[in-house]
Amino acid sequence: MLRAANISFAYRGIRTTRSPASAGRHVRNVVLNDVSLHVERGDLVGILGPNGSGKTTLLKLLGGVYSPASGTVTLDNRPLAAWTRRDIARRVAFVPQETQAPFDFTVIDIVLMGRFPHLGAFALEGPEDLDIARRALEATGSAPFEQRAFSTLSGGEKQRVVIASALAQSPQLLLLDEPTAALDIGHQIEVQTLLRRLNADRGVTMVLSTHDLNLASALCRRLVLLKDGLVVGFGPTEEVLTPDAIRTLYNVDAVVERHARTGRLTVVPIGRT
Amino acid sequence: MQPIRTRLVTTVAAFSALLVIALVVGPVIGSTHISLARVFDRSIPFADNLDAQIFFIARLPRVIAAALVGGALAASGVVFQALLRNPLASPDTLGVSAGAALGAMVAITFHFDFAFAGLPVIPLSSFAGSLCALGVVYALAAARHRGLSTTVLLLAGVTMTAFITALILFTQYLADFTDTFRTVRWLMGVLDIGGYAPVLAVLPMLLVAFGLFATLPRALDLISLGADAAASRGVNVPRTERTALVGASLATGAAVAIGGPIGFIGIIVPHMVRLVVGSDHRLVLPASILFGATFLIASDLVARTLFAPVEMPVGVITALVGGPFFLWLLLRSFR
Repeated sequence: MLRAANISFAYRGIRTTRSPASAGRHVRNVVLNDVSLHVERGDLVGILGPNGSGKTTLLKLLGGVYSPASGTVTLDNRPLAAWTRRDIARRVAFVPQETQAPFDFTVIDIVLMGRFPHLGAFALEGPEDLDIARRALEATGSAPFEQRAFSTLSGGEKQRVVIASALAQSPQLLLLDEPTAALDIGHQIEVQTLLRRLNADRGVTMVLSTHDLNLASALCRRLVLLKDGLVVGFGPTEEVLTPDAIRTLYNVDAVVERHARTGRLTVVPIGRT
Repeated sequence: MQPIRTRLVTTVAAFSALLVIALVVGPVIGSTHISLARVFDRSIPFADNLDAQIFFIARLPRVIAAALVGGALAASGVVFQALLRNPLASPDTLGVSAGAALGAMVAITFHFDFAFAGLPVIPLSSFAGSLCALGVVYALAAARHRGLSTTVLLLAGVTMTAFITALILFTQYLADFTDTFRTVRWLMGVLDIGGYAPVLAVLPMLLVAFGLFATLPRALDLISLGADAAASRGVNVPRTERTALVGASLATGAAVAIGGPIGFIGIIVPHMVRLVVGSDHRLVLPASILFGATFLIASDLVARTLFAPVEMPVGVITALVGGPFFLWLLLRSFR
């Protein structure tokens, strides 16, 4: 359903690197270089890579939040550039790594905002939208704090509410930026279970970035390995998640074994190479 | 919780009722007692009817001006706060009011009393001043990408205001004595405009500004959670930002052109309104316009009557209330 063909991207202006050879001149900081990948309907794809490898940028390009400098992203065989923001938002939802509200929105307020692309310019949410929002809250197990102020929630609760808000968009594709990064192990498992269920029961296609190799192994069917803005591996998790790949990505020696009880690949880091 | 439609209707109805009370009470009370019976007594010719003259020439335009200025400044505050994701942003703290004041000052001092394309130049010049000041602050915010932290915002605003104040003082230095007297009073924030002309002059700008604001509320809700998050929910972020910035500059420019840089309205009013209606901008924006109008009519009433027959500039009253209020908000934001 989603296909990226040879996309490249660079931040201009502020995030520049300067080398002696180009002193005083702004150098474009290339974040992604010639990246190609495709996501099938119902797929669950993980993006792995060290800090600064371009994971977040890639997700934002896939969601049409940024436009690539070259190459194209196509959704249902139509370039994203030809869609309006609203039309993309009806199909693709994005969950940022962290969401902070400067004002005291309630949880249901936040979730109802997900209905934005489905409403006309001056339309107000009706009972049907409230229904969809409530179901999204239930699906994420956040119904008990519907009336709480968003800013008073814990990190894990916030993450579930933002996922609920994305679900209220009724998307076919969900993009998640490090959905478990700020969470303790209990909440990690909770979010992991939630995502697997949404994928299995609702058929929501997902692309997520993560630093957690064991989460990737437990959850993702396919993996994209990203290093310095280049794709260095793309394929089924079982084939891609190897000690060699981990060494390439993170300069870390690791043991990758099939765990006796879970039957999944488990990564145990040993040390820096 | 009530559905949004019900809440919108009750909110607008309640705040409109408050404004109507202020609009009715405002012109009746003042340093000179007037009799409403005499004001509307058609048998006395207007030229001989002192009560009617006070009501229609001195007080009514003043109350209308207070309503428009208060509503415009409060709405600008709401828009700045959402756009910069910081509840301490306002036309004053950002230096936008100062920019507008400089624009108007230049036009007043150099007697640009003519009209340009059918619009008087003073409010246009005031609009240009606020747009320039806002452009600088917003460039800073855009460079930060995630909105302005309170520290950066306040520093930028203080620096901007200090810089513009120097330019205002320089402009005053160039002006002759009578103009200086006029502009010094105006810089304190005064609403004794003595007629309807200044209000009519800025009305087109205000109507455009309020029209632009009407398209914003839901997009502001989403942008307050982050520009990228808003874009992924379907908001056209660059277009919304442009609309909001032009609208807020028009509103601030028009307000300052009438009454001078009256402070703190853009911060006090949206906060009080949020305490009552919550954070949804579809409620906060219209309620702030209505309550901003009410609040400034009331402040001006205090300014006119507190030390009657001496009148104080209303800007002094709003600053005396707003200063401590702002400090309290600042303390709360450090928690």
